[in-house]
Amino acid sequence: MAYRIVHYINQFYAGIGGEEKADVGPEVREGVVGPGAALKAAFGADAEIVATVVCGDTYFASNMDKAGAEVLEMIKKYKPDGFIAGPAFNAGRYGTACGGMCEVVSKQLGIPVVSGMYPENPGVDLYKKSAWIIETGDSAASMRKAAPVMAKFLLKLLRGEEIGSPADEGYIERGLRKNVFYDKLASDRCVDMFVAKLKGVPFETEYKMPVFDRVPPQPPIKDMKNAVIALVTSGGICPKGNPDHIESSSASKYCEYDITGVNDLTSVTFCTAHGGYDATYADADADRVLPVDVMRDMEKEGVFKKLYNKFYATVGNGTSVANARRFGAEIAAKLADAGVNGVILTST
Amino acid sequence: MVKEIERKLPVVHVCTIVPISLTVGANRIVPAIAIPHPLGDPTKTPEEEKAIRRHLVEKALKALQTAVTEQTVFTD
Repeated sequence: MAYRIVHYINQFYAGIGGEEKADVGPEVREGVVGPGAALKAAFGADAEIVATVVCGDTYFASNMDKAGAEVLEMIKKYKPDGFIAGPAFNAGRYGTACGGMCEVVSKQLGIPVVSGMYPENPGVDLYKKSAWIIETGDSAASMRKAAPVMAKFLLKLLRGEEIGSPADEGYIERGLRKNVFYDKLASDRCVDMFVAKLKGVPFETEYKMPVFDRVPPQPPIKDMKNAVIALVTSGGICPKGNPDHIESSSASKYCEYDITGVNDLTSVTFCTAHGGYDATYADADADRVLPVDVMRDMEKEGVFKKLYNKFYATVGNGTSVANARRFGAEIAAKLADAGVNGVILTST
Repeated sequence: MVKEIERKLPVVHVCTIVPISLTVGANRIVPAIAIPHPLGDPTKTPEEEKAIRRHLVEKALKALQTAVTEQTVFTD
């Protein structure tokens, strides 16, 4: 008998719509929808997608506990043997939803769960400990490659077969450690590795240490009344018409805009370049993302000395970690040189 | 970005999806309203909306004036 599978996808892959529909709540449809077709082909006769749950990305990311519980109820009714979510590629909210659902389903129903994401998707770091996440490319162009790997891996879990290393199976490392017996003594293996290192030859450690990429907090601002505060955003706020052509996703740059004498961002003067959320509200009033109006009021009241006369903006939508790091470092250097004392960074 | 800025200056991250901010490594976090309008609420009157925004900015400034030793989410 074929295993019963429930598939989770977002509003975009279900054909409901793009960002303007990202706030739709969950619904369930019988059988295969959208990318489920590629999974179905890979499952063959071994498993059947009995239902597909669809939920808007913004709805899920804004109400994670509630949405998770709602989707779980829908899934339960189909008595699935396994659960598969996505693949989400490099879509951040979608990856967060896929990972969140995998965690809930795994904990509550105790069945195997699999998702698929690009390694830089924020859903990976959030959920790689709770779920098997197959590594995919950063866009739907890699769907054809990702779907069979996800499907085959889920079948493996369902059959209780032994799971190999991340490199062998194609999943993203989960930080799990496993005891293995070798014929060669540890001392020999250790010396082999050391020799390889001296020779500059590649070798693989048997005991990877976790990487903690944390920055210690800066001391607080002591004298706010004399402080210069700067605004930075990943929400894509820019002058109307986006004159510098900041990309709507996978931004390659950030921009600096002078707001000397600007007391309020209006629909005539500013907009958003961001393609990863419904732009209606930011285009109507960009203060909703970059609070220039309120900062000016507080500057006048003397809450702080000065709003720095430039703001920095980029689009945080599938932006590579390397680019984001570079943007942040360059912006920080400029702000520090300009005598800024503190920064408010807004994200959508 | 928030982490690279923190290497030089105190920074507060005003954002909607707090779990992502925590995973990325922001140290001072103020939860915002919603993804398409983190510092606003189009269902309210302009005056109410500005009051909401003011409240969030006040929280952000308070966060910048608060000593923290670990990741801290500033709620009400």
